[in-house]
Amino acid sequence: MIRFLLRRLAQSLLLLWLVSVIGFAVLHLAPGGPLAEFTLIPGMTTAQLKLIAHQMGLDRPLPVQYWEWFRRMLVGNWGRSYRDSQPVLDVIASHLGPTLELMVSSTIIAILLGTWVGVLGAIRRYSVFDYLATVGAMIALSIPTFWFGLVVIYIFSVELAWLPAGNLYTIGNGSFVDYAVHLISPSIVLALVTIAIWSRYLRASMLEVVNQDYIRTARAKGMPERTILFRHTIRNALLPMITIAGLQLPTLLSGALVTETVFTWPGMGRLFLDSIGYRDYPVVMGILMFSAVLVLLGNLIADLLYAAADPRIRLD
Amino acid sequence: MTPPPRMDPDALLQVEDLSVRFRSDTGVVSALNGVTLAVRPGETVALVGESGSGKSVTSLAIMRLTPSPPGCEVGGRVWLRGTDGRPVDLLALPGEAMRKVRGDRIAMIFQEPMTSLNPVLTIGEQIAEAIAVHRGTSRASAWNAAGELLELVGIPEPRARLATYPHHLSGGMRQRVMIAIALSCDPALLIADEPTTALDVTVQAQILDLLRRLQKRTGMAVIFITHNLGVVAEIADRVMVMYAGRIVEEAAMRTLFQAPRMPYTVKLMRSVPRLQIGGERVALEAIPGSVPDPTNLPPGCAFAPRCSHAMEGTCDVVGPDLEEVQPGHFVRCVRWRELAGGTAR
Repeated sequence: MIRFLLRRLAQSLLLLWLVSVIGFAVLHLAPGGPLAEFTLIPGMTTAQLKLIAHQMGLDRPLPVQYWEWFRRMLVGNWGRSYRDSQPVLDVIASHLGPTLELMVSSTIIAILLGTWVGVLGAIRRYSVFDYLATVGAMIALSIPTFWFGLVVIYIFSVELAWLPAGNLYTIGNGSFVDYAVHLISPSIVLALVTIAIWSRYLRASMLEVVNQDYIRTARAKGMPERTILFRHTIRNALLPMITIAGLQLPTLLSGALVTETVFTWPGMGRLFLDSIGYRDYPVVMGILMFSAVLVLLGNLIADLLYAAADPRIRLD
Repeated sequence: MTPPPRMDPDALLQVEDLSVRFRSDTGVVSALNGVTLAVRPGETVALVGESGSGKSVTSLAIMRLTPSPPGCEVGGRVWLRGTDGRPVDLLALPGEAMRKVRGDRIAMIFQEPMTSLNPVLTIGEQIAEAIAVHRGTSRASAWNAAGELLELVGIPEPRARLATYPHHLSGGMRQRVMIAIALSCDPALLIADEPTTALDVTVQAQILDLLRRLQKRTGMAVIFITHNLGVVAEIADRVMVMYAGRIVEEAAMRTLFQAPRMPYTVKLMRSVPRLQIGGERVALEAIPGSVPDPTNLPPGCAFAPRCSHAMEGTCDVVGPDLEEVQPGHFVRCVRWRELAGGTAR
């Protein structure tokens, strides 16, 4: 177990370093740069621009810039935002809450609904419900998130006026209910793809378990169908889903990017997008590293959970 | 429910004209074509045959565990004598009543001990849940009973084993656990579907020995399904040879081995390798051809296309009935009288 954790830690550190190198290179290779906004200032001269670039350290060779950033990052100095000079970690921290809220609520919706659809699709295989679920999942996977978000806004906010079209809360009203109501639309939009994926995988997993010899044994023992379903079938069918859930984490993060933009949700996804637009290198790199850590952590937790849930798996 | 007109007063289980058909893409599969058999309390009946002869389907149909895709038809009657002595047709029982029969009056063990136990439940849980569901006992007493059962089936350190998972045990040990589950509610009938096929020879012998001892102790009847004639000789009182979803010969074990009448049974016995050292090696006789396609059974005797005694115009036209050779010995062959006259080779 300790050995497993140490090995995973080493792998994760290597991976994080690779993410940082590739991210840094791609970011700096992209055309434009943080100096763009200064060029628009009336009376700006090339000499002054050069001076600013020098102050920001942007005139140095790329490897040197990387090394400077890397060295500081290791000791917790992630730099300051080019936009408002706030420390990167503070900027991330202030946007983390809304994103986590969105992710948690959409994950709960997705797992509850996805499990229900997947299990019912498997036990009523080839029923009308199963066909509807299959077609529905296909549609959900092919709809672009931003478009679905706009449709939800159009129907529920513009036409029906049941739900707010965006933002964290109504200004001047900070009640819990107000927060919750604002969370509904973006959570559903973000959950859609996960529901589709989760239900499809679970249905397949259920159908595989249903045909296992030990399910026949349970029937031969005279177990009631309910017990067979919950105690024997679903429990085994959910095992591979732990891995799927771990793999879904990055999708959730990137899905949040679009969803947050559509619903003007002040989370990490929108911060990332805005920071790229501004070529705010320190913030972009910060979010990149932070997300990478989150994803690696998610996968590690998934592996640990799998080992805890399946007595056949031993970590070493 | 009407009791069977001719249920053998001694029989525990009487299967009448059991048939299983299901529709597949290639046509109607006739997996079972009118199987009739009776099992008396305490006796061991072996069902013997090649793969695809309908042995397993028979046992699953008795338990009503045949896979039920749309278009699967099970016909006939399966009379089981209840604890009150009155026969009940299992095929006509409501689902919930049938569930209560399974694992209680009739228990079953399977061929694959490696996959027949739930990998995420402990052995104790898997035995105890069967006891709890049929006896309604508390968890603690069911757990206790599970420990005693493990001891009964010869698992070392039975109490400690209760909390372990199936993957900690070898195939032989897992089959013992399966037997413990099957015996947990003291069934009147145990259906053992090739319980030793997947095991090493030495372990096979141990399991057979265990089954025999337990049978003596509990007085349960056993339907033993196997393709291994050596095992049959070891354990069976009566033998039924199956071919293409029918019983083709039925006899007491000794009679069958000494004087088989059905050409198929004769061939089956000749295809068994024998232990012998020295002398000339006797060539094994394989039965030519293969089991007929169950979607397209031959019109006459199903074995005729592979039978060296098949007579054109007779065997491939008339489907023979089971005829009585002597009391308790039945054979399904139109030529059995001629062949018994010394020409049966």
